[in-house]
Amino acid sequence: MRANKIYPFYFSLGAMLLYVVLMVIPGVAGILYSFTDWNSYSAAVHWIGADNFKEIFSGDNMYLGFIKNTLIFTVATIVLKTAIGFFLALLLNRGLALKNVHRAILFLPAVVPMLIVGLIFKSVLHPDTGLLNEFLRTIGLESLTRHWLTDLDWAFKSIIGVDVWKGAGYIMVILLAGLQTIPKDYDEAAEIDGAGYWSRIRHITVPLLVPALMITIILNLLYGLKVFDAVYVLTNGGPGYATEVMFTGVFKEFSMGRYGVGTALSTTLFLFMTIVGYFVVRWMGKEENH
Amino acid sequence: MSRKGAWAVVKNAFVWCISLVVVAPLVLIVINSLKDASQASSMGMDLPKALHFDNFSTVIEKGKLYNSLWNSVLYAGASTILCVVLAAMAAYVYSRRRSKWNKFSYMFILLGLAMPLNYFTLMKTMQMLHLVNSQLGIIILYAAVQIPFSVFILYGFVGGVPKELDEAGTIDGCGPNRLFFSIIFPLLKPSIVTVFILAFLNSWNEFTMPLYFLNSASQWPMTLSVYNFFGQFQMSWNLVSADIVLTSLPVVVLYLIGQRFIIDGMTAGSVKG
Repeated sequence: MRANKIYPFYFSLGAMLLYVVLMVIPGVAGILYSFTDWNSYSAAVHWIGADNFKEIFSGDNMYLGFIKNTLIFTVATIVLKTAIGFFLALLLNRGLALKNVHRAILFLPAVVPMLIVGLIFKSVLHPDTGLLNEFLRTIGLESLTRHWLTDLDWAFKSIIGVDVWKGAGYIMVILLAGLQTIPKDYDEAAEIDGAGYWSRIRHITVPLLVPALMITIILNLLYGLKVFDAVYVLTNGGPGYATEVMFTGVFKEFSMGRYGVGTALSTTLFLFMTIVGYFVVRWMGKEENH
Repeated sequence: MSRKGAWAVVKNAFVWCISLVVVAPLVLIVINSLKDASQASSMGMDLPKALHFDNFSTVIEKGKLYNSLWNSVLYAGASTILCVVLAAMAAYVYSRRRSKWNKFSYMFILLGLAMPLNYFTLMKTMQMLHLVNSQLGIIILYAAVQIPFSVFILYGFVGGVPKELDEAGTIDGCGPNRLFFSIIFPLLKPSIVTVFILAFLNSWNEFTMPLYFLNSASQWPMTLSVYNFFGQFQMSWNLVSADIVLTSLPVVVLYLIGQRFIIDGMTAGSVKG
């Protein structure tokens, strides 16, 4: 009927225009450009077939390592942030003095720019003067001190640690909100029936928290695959290529003017994440209809 | 003491330990921002021998902080206003009129939540639109990347505004613009504030896009200039700390004021129904 008049089509045009021009079109154009030798040294762009992708996936270069690191980072941060966030949410949910103070403190790192967090931890993780090694020496655990950001075995773990430090509080807050929606009666009834604490967590809390857990996993998944700031500031991919991820690799290709390979790398991520996004959006649509 | 009481003490002590671990690095920076250069070189938790507030004025001058502060306010402020208005208009139409096309459009925009940017082709697009190395360009780009998230959050809230209001307004002779801007938009205020604060924080904290698209130091926001400052003054941790404190101050203050809205927004998607 008159719906078109009350809710005019042109209302949605502005948002759609910005989104399509600056996100969708570059993403789709990237698919085409990833089959070319596009670079900053010559104006001409030639079709070279799948050479860029061969270069990435052949294993002769470092690119597969970037992909592997990105996946490790994503899985590790999902597991750690979810586990720690869940644990903190349980601790803070009930019967804790100054609960809101703790919640405010634990969430605080989430609002500080990752770049700043990175700079702070460049100091904290410094091998000689850093707070962490100082602390370990003070409590007599000298043997545990490390060159956190330059040791081949430790650099990537340190980045993951810093990221978890920053992000676990955010996950806690989402899960806390989820916990608040679970009626107390369930828990109390189970307690009367003699169920122990962990058994109640496993059979009541976790199943009812699944929607909130799904959201946190999706958020961390999307964040982890796109990670850039944390790695760029803390190690810039080093030592060697030990901590290089997709987007730091992309930035280096960009700086070197190797646009073709860079675009192919970006496109790999674009296709993968858009497909993941498609399933997430479909899942959200279903949730809404319930 | 009863067993329950003992457990409560252990639990409280444990949570305090965790809170201390979280807050210690931040305190470290604040303490060291007040030391002189030689005392700060060891970056310890020892208290400053004398309070060097002059570090802050040095940083403001050497780091050209007023300029980058203004840039950050401009980019985050303007892009957020643009994004929130456009996103609210779109979310309103998508939520109210669920035609096939609108449903598709909404889902299509949500895909943007996952979509990574392709900086190569984006650079080319921005060049064609004359938006590279331009303040207007970065504002429009910031707005664009916040659109999917903002539409998503606002869509949920539009559903909470009774549809009867639209009919009443229309009967009283409101056109679509007046209906939306004078009746619906004000009613959406709490969610608008939430989305505004979140989009503002995200834009304020943004580092990658200015790194790619702004070459000139005079156009840099605070994140990029603090990084550059760190590169130049790595040896003077007291100054780096002071710069970090000044750069983080706006977001921390915004967080303390708007905590309720921030947490509402960040949990909005996860706990409905």
